Amino acid sequence: MELTGSQILLESLQKEGVDTVFGYPGGAVINIYDDLFDSPIEHVLTRHEQAAVHAADGYARCTGKVGVVVATSGPGATNTVTGIATAYMDSIPLVVITGQVPTPLIGNDAFQEADMCGITRPCTKHNFLVQDIRDLARTIKEAFYIARTGRPGPVLIDFPKDIQVTKHKFKYPEKVNLRGYKPTYAGNKRQISKAGKMILEAKRPVLYVGGGINLSAANEELVKLAEMTQTPVTTTLMAMSGFPQSHPLALGMLGMHGTFYANMSVTECDLLIAVGARFDDRVTGRIDAFAKKAKVIHIDVDPTSIKKNVAVDLPIVGDLKDVLTKMVEQLAEKPDELQKLVEKTSDWRATVDEWKKSHPMAYQASDSVIKPQFVIEKIRELTADDAIITTEVGQHQMWTAQFFQFSQPRTFLTSGGLGTMGYGLPAALGAQVAYPERQVVDISGDGSFQMNSQELATLVQYRLPVKIAILNNNFLGMVRQWQQMFFDKRYSQTCMELPIDFVKLAEAYGATGLQATSVADVEKTIKKALETPGPVLMEFKVAREENVLPMVPAGKGIHEMVLAS
Amino acid sequence: MKHTISVLVENEFGVLSRISGLFSGRGFNIESLSVAPTLEPNISRMTLVTRGDDRILEQINKQLNKLISTIKVIDFTGEEYVERELALIKVNAEADSRAEALRIVDIFRANVVDVTPKSYTIQITGAPAKIDGLVELLRPMGIKEIVRSGPVVMGRGAKGVSA
Ligand SMILES: Cc1ncc(C[n+]2csc(CCOP(=O)(O)OP(=O)(O)O)c2C)c(N)n1
Ligand SMILES: [Mg+2]
Repeated sequence: MELTGSQILLESLQKEGVDTVFGYPGGAVINIYDDLFDSPIEHVLTRHEQAAVHAADGYARCTGKVGVVVATSGPGATNTVTGIATAYMDSIPLVVITGQVPTPLIGNDAFQEADMCGITRPCTKHNFLVQDIRDLARTIKEAFYIARTGRPGPVLIDFPKDIQVTKHKFKYPEKVNLRGYKPTYAGNKRQISKAGKMILEAKRPVLYVGGGINLSAANEELVKLAEMTQTPVTTTLMAMSGFPQSHPLALGMLGMHGTFYANMSVTECDLLIAVGARFDDRVTGRIDAFAKKAKVIHIDVDPTSIKKNVAVDLPIVGDLKDVLTKMVEQLAEKPDELQKLVEKTSDWRATVDEWKKSHPMAYQASDSVIKPQFVIEKIRELTADDAIITTEVGQHQMWTAQFFQFSQPRTFLTSGGLGTMGYGLPAALGAQVAYPERQVVDISGDGSFQMNSQELATLVQYRLPVKIAILNNNFLGMVRQWQQMFFDKRYSQTCMELPIDFVKLAEAYGATGLQATSVADVEKTIKKALETPGPVLMEFKVAREENVLPMVPAGKGIHEMVLAS
Repeated sequence: MKHTISVLVENEFGVLSRISGLFSGRGFNIESLSVAPTLEPNISRMTLVTRGDDRILEQINKQLNKLISTIKVIDFTGEEYVERELALIKVNAEADSRAEALRIVDIFRANVVDVTPKSYTIQITGAPAKIDGLVELLRPMGIKEIVRSGPVVMGRGAKGVSA
C-alpha cells in the first residue's frame, strides 16, 4: 500500500516504539498534524517549541528512550535550537523533526524558510534534509539509530512539505548500514587489565564520574568497582544521581562549586579514573593544576573526549557498562591483591574522611530567614527516593547538586553543558509525561522560571502534577554572586526590580500557587504541595544574598577554593 | 607541523560544510582543501592540509572520524606519498620578457596553455614547493592572476585505499 510522507513518518515512529511526541504545529507540518489526529501516538502541545525540545529531553533523560519533537519550519524550527544545543552538550538522544518549505522553494528565502541543517550542524550529532520520498524511511531509521547509539545525541530531520504529501510504498528497513559510523562498545581487554593493574598499584585512587554513567546505565557496576577497591567517588553535575550520594565512598560534586573534600581528593590523588566524563573547564578549573600528581585512566565511548583537555596515561574506548563489567570481573579474580589494595589505601581514605569532617558541606542555618539550602534539604526529606528533580540554571541549581542527596539513577535532570535557564520546567513536564505516578519537582529560580513559565498551561492542560519550587531571591543570583565577589558589588542588571506575584501567576493558568515567607512555612508548604493534586507552584522567599560555596574563582586550581566561613 | 590528510566521505548533501564547519568551529587551521568524487560516485575524496601540534592533530583525526559522513581518514604524515598540485599562472609577457618566460616554463617542465600578445597562461603540476619556485621566478615579470588547486596526495606502493 502506498502512504504519504507524513504517514510514513508516523508509521516509522511507531516502528521505533515511540508513543509520545512533543511539539507545536504550523503550516509546514500541517499534514503531519492532520495524520496525528488519527494516530495512536500521543502528542503533547507545549506553549513554545524550545519547551517541546526540553520536554522531550527530560523524557529521554529519565527513561533512557529517544525523545521526539515535531516543529514547523522557520520560527518554529529556530525556536528548537536552544533545546537541541542543550541536549547536544549533555549527550541526550533526541530526534527532532522540523517542517521545511517545499523542495523547489528551498534556497529562495521562501516564507518561513530557515536553513535548519546549516543552523544545527554544530549542535546536532547528525542532521538530514529529506530530499526524496524514497529516502524517508531509511532516514528515520538512521536518525533513531544515531541518536541512541555510541555517545547519544540529538538528530534533526528537516522534512520538506512537498515530500510529506508525496506517496510511496512503505517498508521500514530492518537494518541500518552506515559505513562511516561504527561506535566501539567493547572495551579492549588488554587495556582493561592494564587499568586493573594501575588500580591495584595505586595508593590514593579516585573515581571521577560523569554523565556517561547514567547514559550507559552502568550504575551498579560503578558501585561494585568502588566497593571492591574501596575507591572514593566524585561525580560531576551530570552524574549526581549516578552514584548514591549517601554512600560512605561518595565525595559529592567536584569542580567550581565542588565539595572541599572532592576537590582536595582530586588534587592529591595518585590515580584518577575518569569514567564517562569529559574534563569540562567547570570541573577542572586551571587545567595545569588539575590532578597534577595523578596518573589518569580515561574510559569513554567517545574517542574525541579522550586526551582533548588533559594528558591520559591509559585510554579505554568503550561503553562504560561493558568496560566496568570486565574490570570488575578481572579484579574479582585477584582477591588477595584486592585485599592488599584496600589495606594499602586505608590511610588515603582516612585522609579523605578527615577532609570530610573538617570541611563538610554546610551552610549557616537561620530561624529568621529561609535559607535556600534548607528548602532543598526539606524537599529531599519529604519526597520519595525515586522522585525526579529538575532544575533551572543558577545558584538554586548548584545548591540542589550540593545538598540534594540523590540516590537513584536518572533522578536529577539539569542542563550541565550548556547551562540553559528555562530548562527545568519543561524537562519536568517531559519527565512527568514519562512517569505519571512519580513525584516530579522543578527546583527553580525566579529568573529562570520566567524563561519558560508559559508551560504552566501545558501542565494544567495535561493534568501533569509537577511541583515547582521557586527559590525566590529576586536576583539573577548566580550572576549577582559573581558581581559581589569579583566586581565590587556592582549589581548591574541582576536585580529583578519588579516583584512578580507568582501565586497569582499560577492561579491564572489554573494551577495552585503557594507561598512561604517564614522558616516555619517551609515544611508545611512542601507537604501541602505534595498532597495537592495537579501542578503546584511554591514560592519560597529566600535569603537574598546567600552565596554558593565553596567556589573556585576563574583561573584558579580547584584546590584554591573560597570556603564557607 | 604541517599535515596532509585524505578523507573519504559520503558524497551527500552538506558534507563539505560538515568538514569545513568542524574546522572553523573548533578553531583548527585549514590551509587547503580539495574535493572530488572517486570511482564510486557516492564517495568523495578530500585532501586537506592543516597545521598543529600532536594533540591538535589527534583531535582533528578523531573529530573527522566522528562525523557520521566520514568513511575513512588517512594522515599521510610520516608515510611515503606522492603529492601533486596544479596551478595556472597568468603572467605579463611583452616583447623583451616573452623569451625569458618561455625559458623558465621550460626549466620547470610547465606548459603554456593560453597566449595573448601581452600574456602567457602557464600550467604547472608538481609538488607545492616546485610551484612556489616557479612563482618566485615569474614574480618579477608581473603575475596578473594565479590559481592553485591545493595539493592532492596518494600513498606510494602497490597498496591502494579502496574507493
Ligand atoms: C538562557 C540563559 N541566559 C543567561 C544565563 C546566564 N545566567 C546564569 S545563572 C543566571 C541567573 C539565574 O537566576 P535565577 O534563575 O533567579 O537563579 P538564582 O541564581 O537566583 O538561583 C544567569 C542570568 C543562562 N545560564 N542561561
Ligand atoms: Mg534568583
